[in-house]
Amino acid sequence: MTDTLQNATEIDTARPSADQLEKFYRDMLLIRRFEEKAGQLYGMGLIGGFCHLYIGQEAVVVGMQACIKDGDQVITSYRDHGHMLAVGLDPAGVMAELTGRSGGLSRGKGGSMHMFSKEKNFFGGHGIVGASSSIGTGLAFANKYRENDHVCLCYFGDGAANQGQVYESFNMASLWDLPVVYVIENNQYAMGTSVKRSSSETHLYRRGSGFRIPGEEVDGMDVVAVKEAGEKAVAHCRSGEGPIILEMKTYRYRGHSMSDPAKYRTKEEVQDFREHHDPIDNAKARLLKEGTLSESDLKQIDKEVKAIVAEAVDFAKESPEPDPGELYTDVYVS
Amino acid sequence: MAHLVLMPALSPTMEEGTLAKWYVSEGDTIESGDVIAEIETDKATMEVEAVDEGKLGRILVAEGTEGVKVNETIAVILEDGENPDDAEKALNGTSVNEQPQKESKDAQTPQPQQEAPHKEPPTQASAAEADLEGLDTKETTVREALRDAMAEEMRRDENVFLMGEEVAEYQGAYKVSQGLLDEFGSRRVVDTPITEHGFTGLGVGAAFAGLRPIVEFMTFNFAMQAIDHIINSAAKTLYMSGGQMGCPIVFRGPNAAAARVAAQHSQDFASWYAHVPGLKVVAPYSGADAKGLLKSAIRDPNPVVVLEHELLYGNKFEVPTGDDYLVPIGKAKVVRPGTDVTLIAYSRSVLFALEAAETLANEGIDAEIVDLRSLRPMDTETLINSVKKTNRAVTIEEGWGPCGIGAEISATLMTDAFDYLDAPVVRVHQEDVPLPYAANLEALSLPNAEKIVQAAKRVSYRETK
Repeated sequence: MTDTLQNATEIDTARPSADQLEKFYRDMLLIRRFEEKAGQLYGMGLIGGFCHLYIGQEAVVVGMQACIKDGDQVITSYRDHGHMLAVGLDPAGVMAELTGRSGGLSRGKGGSMHMFSKEKNFFGGHGIVGASSSIGTGLAFANKYRENDHVCLCYFGDGAANQGQVYESFNMASLWDLPVVYVIENNQYAMGTSVKRSSSETHLYRRGSGFRIPGEEVDGMDVVAVKEAGEKAVAHCRSGEGPIILEMKTYRYRGHSMSDPAKYRTKEEVQDFREHHDPIDNAKARLLKEGTLSESDLKQIDKEVKAIVAEAVDFAKESPEPDPGELYTDVYVS
Repeated sequence: MAHLVLMPALSPTMEEGTLAKWYVSEGDTIESGDVIAEIETDKATMEVEAVDEGKLGRILVAEGTEGVKVNETIAVILEDGENPDDAEKALNGTSVNEQPQKESKDAQTPQPQQEAPHKEPPTQASAAEADLEGLDTKETTVREALRDAMAEEMRRDENVFLMGEEVAEYQGAYKVSQGLLDEFGSRRVVDTPITEHGFTGLGVGAAFAGLRPIVEFMTFNFAMQAIDHIINSAAKTLYMSGGQMGCPIVFRGPNAAAARVAAQHSQDFASWYAHVPGLKVVAPYSGADAKGLLKSAIRDPNPVVVLEHELLYGNKFEVPTGDDYLVPIGKAKVVRPGTDVTLIAYSRSVLFALEAAETLANEGIDAEIVDLRSLRPMDTETLINSVKKTNRAVTIEEGWGPCGIGAEISATLMTDAFDYLDAPVVRVHQEDVPLPYAANLEALSLPNAEKIVQAAKRVSYRETK
């Protein structure tokens, strides 16, 4: 399919151009509409198990993806649909995996939390909190071993930031100058536990200081700020200076998963983020203000994005369940 | 009163070593704590410090002597006023004050090396080696066989590298990686911090990226810190990715009981890993299998757990010297043909089974021994064929009985060889307790030849103790 997100490799300046900003808007909107639809399908019983939506955090992956080039790696944890779309995976394949169908990216065997793409250098999708940190460090190790100039974007959340293996990874990455950007998506709640209630140092970008890893706090609701910080961080890694931490201050509008009523925070808090900090509204306002696009241009983009998502949903509903013979395939490489 | 200086042991299981160097000469005055000599085994070197003060009266073992037995007298220290005659008296057993010398490690701190206590001849020639006919072989320790396997595969494939604690500069905690740093450099022989969870995840990531890591655990006990990545990340990702993302990685290191290191450092994890689809698990006994299986594991596109045994590292076997000697994963081996009872073992338990078979032969029971070699996939065909012949089976493992390898084999035989069994399968395994430290309790807890003999008699309806 052609209606995947465009590859952003040609973007080379820290400040996004008008075209880039338009692309960011389109990409973020695709994630937003996709996730809204996934939530709807979950409610209809078409998606099972756990389903962690990325709504509210779109600026993080879209901004960061614009900073890397072909061959760079991306890895994240279980709130991963946005990352898959951002690296350019087919929305229909992602949605069909959510519905557990044979047309899914993992042929129905992985589900929401476990999708991968060798072609796009997307290494999952990991359901164990913190696992992406050390695996991502290993991807960076492979870059160093091969003496290439590739960089790994290693995402995990504020909850994972309290896992021991994150610090084991920081230590090795710094010791060996591995090219890895640790992107901590701080959406302020690890399931229902706020950062304040779980972290002795709530400024997560400082968590690398004991390992001599520089860190920076970034407004993760502003795609331009993310892109600017990301460019610098990726350049730092690519030049052989070792790992770096970006703490993305962001917010998820929905619960931790679909089964979370989100009683641990106020409606007013959520409403404040939606109304005053929404990354898509921000990008939209900027596009209009700068005169890049008109209201009707934006409506046209909305329409195109909706069509892509509708097509993905149709595919995800129509794709057959995996053949029973698939039960025993893919356990071993033969 | 003269003092005898005895050959010290570097570890509780060392039996002999080389007296590499004397730092003192006869007639020298010695203070307590002086380094007087250096001794070595094939994996470690140690300085010998004097415990007693006096004058060195006699040196009894010359520098460079190999095969010096532990506790053999190597020198005599005379006290003030004593003369060389007193040394002779001391040696003849009068006025002797025997005191083993204090040991001081030459290197940093960890000291897990232990020599295998083998009462049997150093080379275990048996049917185990029958299939080596026609191949060029060399008498080799298991330790060297494993090292050779890694070195050969690292020469063959640039993507293969070794990582783990003390694998490089220390030359391996058990000296399995001896010499690899020199040949391959620090890029491919990587000393990690003590950080099992982290470096195992890192290894998995490197494997996802297409490298072929060999992750050494100093012992598998410490791999429990990392078992999440072995199972959740390495074993399951191929399936969860719909076949896209394999994990070509080897997890290896010593498994099961060592000698006198107590419960936390003595556990057989065979059934833990053999339980998991997506993993392959091997546990070799012989040197040839150690080499051939490790090489197969490194070339395998799947995650392979290679369970070695510390107490076999020093044992010598005939091992093929060729670069392409591979033992297929998933094939058991009949190491002793027999007609009356099948003894099913793996790793060090094969040694006990061989010993038991000799005893049983004297009592008119002809035991067949199957060395499983691979635990997942398990070669059930060979097991069933053996039981069809003998109609009786005993399983042996160093792990605990409940939910163990023997339990799995018993179920398999019940399902697939029920009509051929003349007696219920009996399992020999570690007693159902954490492994004790005290020598007598430790021995009681572990499988041994006598327990196997009794089990074999039981399934043969012979009188047992």
